[in-house]
Amino acid sequence: MDFSFTEEQTLLRNMVQSFVQDNYDFDSRMKIVRSEEGMSREIWGHFAELGLLAAPFSEEMGGLDGGPIETMVIMEELGRGLVVEPYLPTIVLCGGILSRHASDAQKETHLPGIIAGEDVWALAYAEPQSRFNPADVLTSAKADGEGYVLNGTKAVVAAAPWASKLIVSARISGDQRDSDGLGLFIVDKSASGVATQDYPTVDGNRASEVTLENVSVGADALIGAAGNGLALLEEALDYGIGAVCAEAIGHMKCLNDATVEYCKTRKQFGVPIGSFQVLQHRMVDMFMEYEQSVSMTYMVNMKLTESEAERKKAAAGAKVQIGKSGRFVGQEAVQLHGGMGMTEELNVGHYFKRLTVIDTQFGNVDHHLKRFAAA
Amino acid sequence: MDLSYSAEDEAFRQEVRDFIEEAFTPDIRRECERSKNGYITKQSHETWQKRLYEKGWAAPNWPTEHGGAGFTPTQKFIFTQEMEAAGAPHTIAFGMTMVAPVIMKFGTEEQKAKYLPDILASNVWWCQGYSEPGSGSDLASLQMKAEDKGDHFLCNGTKIWTTMAQHADMIFCLVRTSNEGKRQQGISFLLIDMHTPGVTVSPLVTLDGPAEGAQEINQVFFEDVKVPKENLVGNLNEGWTCAKYLLEFERGNPYSGGLYRALDKVKKLAGDVVMDGQPLIEDEDFGAKLADLERQIMVMEATELRIFSEVSAGQNIGPGSSSMLKTRGSELQQEVSQLGMEAVGQYGLPFVEDTLASNNESDIGMAGVAPVTPRYFNYRKTSIYAGSNEIQRGIISKAVLGL
Ligand SMILES: Cc1cc2nc3c(=O)[nH]c(=O)nc-3n(C[C@H](O)[C@H](O)[C@H](O)COP(=O)(O)OP(=O)(O)OC[C@H]3O[C@@H](n4cnc5c(N)ncnc54)[C@H](O)[C@@H]3O)c2cc1C
Repeated sequence: MDFSFTEEQTLLRNMVQSFVQDNYDFDSRMKIVRSEEGMSREIWGHFAELGLLAAPFSEEMGGLDGGPIETMVIMEELGRGLVVEPYLPTIVLCGGILSRHASDAQKETHLPGIIAGEDVWALAYAEPQSRFNPADVLTSAKADGEGYVLNGTKAVVAAAPWASKLIVSARISGDQRDSDGLGLFIVDKSASGVATQDYPTVDGNRASEVTLENVSVGADALIGAAGNGLALLEEALDYGIGAVCAEAIGHMKCLNDATVEYCKTRKQFGVPIGSFQVLQHRMVDMFMEYEQSVSMTYMVNMKLTESEAERKKAAAGAKVQIGKSGRFVGQEAVQLHGGMGMTEELNVGHYFKRLTVIDTQFGNVDHHLKRFAAA
Repeated sequence: MDLSYSAEDEAFRQEVRDFIEEAFTPDIRRECERSKNGYITKQSHETWQKRLYEKGWAAPNWPTEHGGAGFTPTQKFIFTQEMEAAGAPHTIAFGMTMVAPVIMKFGTEEQKAKYLPDILASNVWWCQGYSEPGSGSDLASLQMKAEDKGDHFLCNGTKIWTTMAQHADMIFCLVRTSNEGKRQQGISFLLIDMHTPGVTVSPLVTLDGPAEGAQEINQVFFEDVKVPKENLVGNLNEGWTCAKYLLEFERGNPYSGGLYRALDKVKKLAGDVVMDGQPLIEDEDFGAKLADLERQIMVMEATELRIFSEVSAGQNIGPGSSSMLKTRGSELQQEVSQLGMEAVGQYGLPFVEDTLASNNESDIGMAGVAPVTPRYFNYRKTSIYAGSNEIQRGIISKAVLGL
């Protein structure tokens, strides 16, 4: 049993932390969010130079051989900076699927562009009717000669406006919610028949509704075995959960620090508001929520590589915790900042908003509580 | 004890419904449905309030001598309930329910004649200048200065979080006129014309991401603003008495009608959202959440009925009760908005800046979804403003429990 970080992991954390501190203060972040594109290709390029985009990939693929713990460390630090650049969709979700399940040829084709920071990828798995069930897929993949023809609509695809490639879940066989019969397909966003409706999301990110109309892909677009897509997808989403848990503890830490600091300095009735016991206890509760979230974040990231059953239970359990804690910490941080907490001028509200979205991403508290009970 | 309504009450209810049917036009209705923060455009607010004025119903809380509607307590309750149930616009409180009662109680005859008719007819838009950057919960520490210059006051300072100040013609301010004695003793209640030279309004952007010009709150700056002496309400240095009187009106509102209405919207959304092929509303767990919230709103309603039946028109309900209503009402508003956001799931993410100008067709994913998450963010305000819920609990513990 060991909960300590290796020297390399600590160095990695320090590197990301100082990069974010130096290049991604709140003002810079808001400039990026409000820019036309909504992300910074320059920052993304720096991520490539720093090796962050190579971190989780094996050395033979040109990566740095990191695992979930390295991803966790990176995501936590990106969380502290409220970084919008698409590390989660490109590296954790799509990169993860490719590195674990793609053929050698597919890896050789696609990973170098990811690691070099040239391509942003997005995972198009949700659909208008699917809510949080990744098996609920109406998008169809009809075999056509060697390849497939895709038709359907994908909902709220994070980072799709920035992406050049998508991984799309589509049904090769079976009924709407069958667990068998799905395939994961690599689709060029510029392919004929792909259309997107892009929009900002409430947390300062960007997403798209993606429609696929008779989009032809070759046999080399399918990742893994035909019909086995759900297992790959669920695994990827659990990795995504491990990553957003880490991002969220980054947010919570910043919120708690900011709130404690504010309550020490903000005076009302001639005293710092932090001297009121009701606020002290509130901040203690926020602290305890954070600590428990840290524990679960470590736990889930250590279990991602365990058996499927263990992975699922840990992911569901962690996601519930993060959802609840993130909500409490976010709401109370706003509350204790009073009117200031309600404004966009302060980073507090932006952490709160991102934490709110994280609860919805990959399924909310209610969804994962059911999943936990069933696991 | 009797919960039933009389035949006259039921007839009155029908009259209210008929009015709403006619005056609550599709345009105003759409804006109300799509508001992120509970406010609609200035024009729509004014149109609506003028319709109420023509009907004689602009001021349910005013005594009839000033043009109040003359409702019985039960009629007042029915009126509010029907308005809330229809989702009709709220009357902008600053003139009608805040400054007007103060002017009636503390103002001179000239002030009453000058201000009350325009408030009643919604000819003049008011805003509330209490809070300052350094003075929120601790209002009595306020610093905005009004110096006596013979025939006028010279005002310098700033007010913050001023709701809808960008539309306002007048602001009622608490200002410091003396630094002697207890802090509360040097405060005066002053009416200031927003069009006076030296007054500037600068927008503050809240978490819901309002469209430009549609912000809810502002900071108002006063630089050498000359205010005529006759704009002082009540005695010099006795503004705190007015302020305390007003705060009880600010908090003593019924919530249940609006809460039922908001919960209905959540139900509708949950009926439209599918989960595993079924409407979400049929999910047992989600249904239980809805039921428990509805039950809590019923508790709120029963408490309101009990409290409001004990007071007659023109009176306020006292500090303990109003703090309880404000605390529970605001918490329930937040919970309902949160459940709405949970209901829509992934489609709570897309952001539409100007939800008032847009319509259901411009929503991403499902009709009516665009304001749902912004409203959840915005409603965090309800436990902060009008005296934070921490402050309200402090009031109850002191005023009611004697702790
Ligand atoms: C959307 C919105 C609209 C508003 N509109 C108006 C308006 O039109 N006009 C106007 O004048 N004001 C308005 N306000 C201001 C509002 O009244 C203040 O925000 C409120 O009084 C809190 O003050 P503050 O923001 O300075 O927070 P602070 O007073 O600094 O409070 C910060 C935190 O400390 C807590 N706290 C403070 N004192 C105590 C205590 N003694 N015990 C326990 N906890 C304590 C508070 O509850 C809060 O959680 C508005 C505010 C908002 C958010």
